[in-house]
Amino acid sequence: MFLANPQRFMSFSKWAAPIFGVLAVGMLGIGFTLGFTVPDDYQQGQTVRLLFLHPQVSFVSMMAYAAMGVSAFFGVVFRHLLADAAARAAAPIGAGFTFLALLTGSFWGRPMWGTWWEWTDPRIMSELVLFLFFLGYMALLSAVDDEAKATRAANILAMVGLPNLAVVHFSVYWWNSLHQGSSITTTIMAWFHSLSGGGQADKPGLAPIYVAPFVLSFFGLACLFAALWLVRIRSEVWRRKAGALAVQAAGKA
Amino acid sequence: MNELATLFRRELALAWGRGGGPMLALPFYACIATLLPFAVGGDHAQLAPIATGISWLALALTSLLSLERLFERDFEDGALDLLALGAPSMVATCFIKCLAQWLATGAPLAIAAPIIALGLGAKPELWSLIFTSALLGGLGFAFTGGVGAALAIGSRRGGVLIAVIVLPLFVPPVIFGATAISQAADGLAWQSGFALLGAYSLASVALSPFAMAAACRNALS
Repeated sequence: MFLANPQRFMSFSKWAAPIFGVLAVGMLGIGFTLGFTVPDDYQQGQTVRLLFLHPQVSFVSMMAYAAMGVSAFFGVVFRHLLADAAARAAAPIGAGFTFLALLTGSFWGRPMWGTWWEWTDPRIMSELVLFLFFLGYMALLSAVDDEAKATRAANILAMVGLPNLAVVHFSVYWWNSLHQGSSITTTIMAWFHSLSGGGQADKPGLAPIYVAPFVLSFFGLACLFAALWLVRIRSEVWRRKAGALAVQAAGKA
Repeated sequence: MNELATLFRRELALAWGRGGGPMLALPFYACIATLLPFAVGGDHAQLAPIATGISWLALALTSLLSLERLFERDFEDGALDLLALGAPSMVATCFIKCLAQWLATGAPLAIAAPIIALGLGAKPELWSLIFTSALLGGLGFAFTGGVGAALAIGSRRGGVLIAVIVLPLFVPPVIFGATAISQAADGLAWQSGFALLGAYSLASVALSPFAMAAACRNALS
């Protein structure tokens, strides 16, 4: 692992974080502008614009949990300080994205399904459980005084919650859900199909005019997560360094 | 094997007596089951459809009660250090602890569950399904709850923290168990919900001792 070395990570992230940030701003800017200028959907009307926010935010929330869970795994198994910092850093960002996913979904559900919130929908429920896992992670982190022990305990909890990611993903296939199946995969498949000149795909994906804002805002939000995550990991490393220096200075005085 | 049997007897005695166990859990269960009908109005026509749901919710909340003492007690008086030094692995120790927890609180609650559900107005013929799913669900509550209890060792405000950690893990068994019973009440096939409840509980029995052991080793390090 190239980035496992803290010094190499710091010199990499010094450039990577702002680059991801600029990419995020650029892609989100273009994506949202396109998203607001494309014509209304003939069935959904104006609310189709949530298509350029809700699926992407939801997917990034799962990505954030995966990032936290995998970092937690490396932290627990290899006792790697940088992995611990990465897991801790991902939690609040992931909680934010998960909350946004639930909120935008609620805004979309009201006009489309006639309900803000549906307790029997497995995808809403598993996403809510994902949110609760983020909250539990942060609660556990703040409840134990010894920082190393708190991080390790919270990381074990993060690993316990990893199977829920599969439930979020597969819930629409396993149970009856208001949510549709994989709009992203279908769109990508349909897109490749049209690129290769194969004519109409078996399942039509998004209308071609919606594909660009859909994809741009997805990569934009993914870059936003990456930038925020790197910045938070860097601040964790600095905080640790500052703590060590303070102890050193106190020893000399 | 003899060590495990001794450990099991100790854990059962600790879970049964000393302010934990059924003498605390059963009254608490009864109290919640008394409060909830007042909260929804107590009208029989309103209450009967949600009777089994209420008894499930009360069961899940009651299962949280004695979790705080499951590991914290042994951690405070040093017994957990001795258990970690002993011949049985930490995984086996955690398994035995949760098994005793289940027998001392889960099983008595499972016996009380049909009585409370019937008292709230559930159909009498459902009692066997309510009992078995409460017993099976209690197994899942004890083992997933043990994970929360082990993670919260040495924290401030352990009880509230355990609830925050554990309640997301309680969501699937509550959904599956309540689904099975309400399907049965409507005369539909209840087997799929019941099977999912069993799968969740047995998976938690198989997997959570490893998480608990890791959490205990972390707290003792």
